[in-house]
Amino acid sequence: MIAAPRRRALVLTGAASILLAAMLLGILVGPAGLTPGGVLLDIADRLPFVDVDSGLTTRQQAILWNIRMPRVVLGVLVGAMLAVAGAAYQGVFRNPLADPYLLGVSSGAGLGATLAIVVGGAAGFAGVPPAAFVGGMLAVGATYALGRTVGGVRSEVVIILAGVAVAAFANAIQTFFMQLHDDTLRQVYSWMLGRLATDGWSDVLTVLPYVVVTVAIIALHRRTLDVMSVGDVEAASLGIHPARVRLLLVSVATLGTAAVVSASGLIGFVGIVVPHAVRLLVGPGHRLLLPLSLMVGAAFLVLADVLARSVMAPAELPIGVVTAAVGAPFFLVVLRRSRGVR
Amino acid sequence: MIGDVTTELAAVSCRGVSAARGGVEVLHRVDLDVVAGSWVSLVGPNGSGKTTLLHVLAGLVPSTGALHVGGIAPGRASRRDMARAVALMPQRPVVPEGVTVKELIHLGRTPHIPRFGSETPNDVEVVDRIVERLELGSFAPRLASELSGGELQRVVLARALAQQPRVLLLDEPTSALDIGHQQQVLELVDSMRAESDLTVIAAMHDLTSTSQYGERLVLLAGGRVVADGAPTDVLTTERVAAVYGARVEILDRPSGRAVLPLRGASETS
Repeated sequence: MIAAPRRRALVLTGAASILLAAMLLGILVGPAGLTPGGVLLDIADRLPFVDVDSGLTTRQQAILWNIRMPRVVLGVLVGAMLAVAGAAYQGVFRNPLADPYLLGVSSGAGLGATLAIVVGGAAGFAGVPPAAFVGGMLAVGATYALGRTVGGVRSEVVIILAGVAVAAFANAIQTFFMQLHDDTLRQVYSWMLGRLATDGWSDVLTVLPYVVVTVAIIALHRRTLDVMSVGDVEAASLGIHPARVRLLLVSVATLGTAAVVSASGLIGFVGIVVPHAVRLLVGPGHRLLLPLSLMVGAAFLVLADVLARSVMAPAELPIGVVTAAVGAPFFLVVLRRSRGVR
Repeated sequence: MIGDVTTELAAVSCRGVSAARGGVEVLHRVDLDVVAGSWVSLVGPNGSGKTTLLHVLAGLVPSTGALHVGGIAPGRASRRDMARAVALMPQRPVVPEGVTVKELIHLGRTPHIPRFGSETPNDVEVVDRIVERLELGSFAPRLASELSGGELQRVVLARALAQQPRVLLLDEPTSALDIGHQQQVLELVDSMRAESDLTVIAAMHDLTSTSQYGERLVLLAGGRVVADGAPTDVLTTERVAAVYGARVEILDRPSGRAVLPLRGASETS
């Protein structure tokens, strides 16, 4: 909240540099032999009033602009969105475990996507994004309704339990349909494990407006999220409406999450690991937590994607496997350290 | 109209105020007028409705009847306007992880800051003044979760004062404190009241220190006001026996009235 301005500027600049470096790495790594200098010159060439020769071949330019660049940008959007949504969920529920997985959003989206694939077959793959989106929204709606009817005293705990129940229910139905249609198992699995393989810029353009609107609304509530940290009664006595804030922010965070998940598949651990790591570094004030989570989340996902496509090249590992393999141990370290701090 | 005149003079005015929690009515037709700048203590056994009444006055629990607090009507006013007029110091404050004392006190400025805005130099100045007045300067950079009970109460008091309220509601502000820190906190509240014409309504358990600070006592039992007046009128051996089921001796000293619990409470005297 009131960190020294110079320290804040320093930390934000550092995170931005890491993100830019990660993006450059994401663009360079791969078999086309792109050079850092060539890529930077070619990007400069696209700026207005700049005309330089990057020395890239037409084929290299096509790879740069139609394959690598959209993939990296999609990674930035997905990582930023998952991390910011995670920070917002944790803030409004005052629960460090709140993330799209535990609230049932991801499972609901998974069920929606599975239904689209098994019911629609090959044609159904185009229906995955909207179906995932509807499934995610329905699931969080069910979680919220269930949490409220049971809740009352400690609704922030009950809502997580409700989320776990909704997720289990959605997973059960999903498994049932997958068993019923085992011919589409591979497709469903590949979506569930997450991937950033894109077809040009279309995914980026679909996801971008959701991410921009969601992040903007959450960022506007940075101070309100700080106030929420003292619990509903005290927050209300300080002049805000905790229930309204929670409903609004959960809705927009879910909207953003469902939008990116529909494009990238289920990518776990970003929403929980990134905000936690950032909190350990700079404390819980959302004025710094939100922008840092955005940049660190974006960098984390871009780097995870680099790893996903290089460890078994030319084959690709699902990115969700990488984020979980890196994220889970890291999460345990964070957990141990934060207990030690306490 | 006479009613309007009293409403203007009074910092708090309740007329037949009732409130329910979880579908059960826990406050029954409470009448209460509190003059601006005075200290009123709410006393009564556990579950008598003290906390509910404070939450009603803070606009946190919906109520029926006519109610004015600090010149506005809870329920009809916005939460922001309420929080500028009334501040609540909770019984057990929530202490968020990793938040410094200074940051916690700054949250008190929330009702004065636009919804999507941030602190102005004026907000910083108000907080700095209160931090200095409550001698919290050396605590400011520390984590709130590392404070002792007495320190935390002072910090939460500072946050409530940062709201610059006209009415300060205290919910058992000293229940977690030893006698020295109790006195420290109550003295602090009393001097703030004198300095800034603050109206204080405090729910308290300790009947003896209640008599020291509250020039007026309101005794609640079963959600009803059963006695209202000076400590000497409200605290009698018979009434304490009837309301609390406690056997006590009342001691009158030049410095005030003391309530001494007696051994062998189960024997009827």
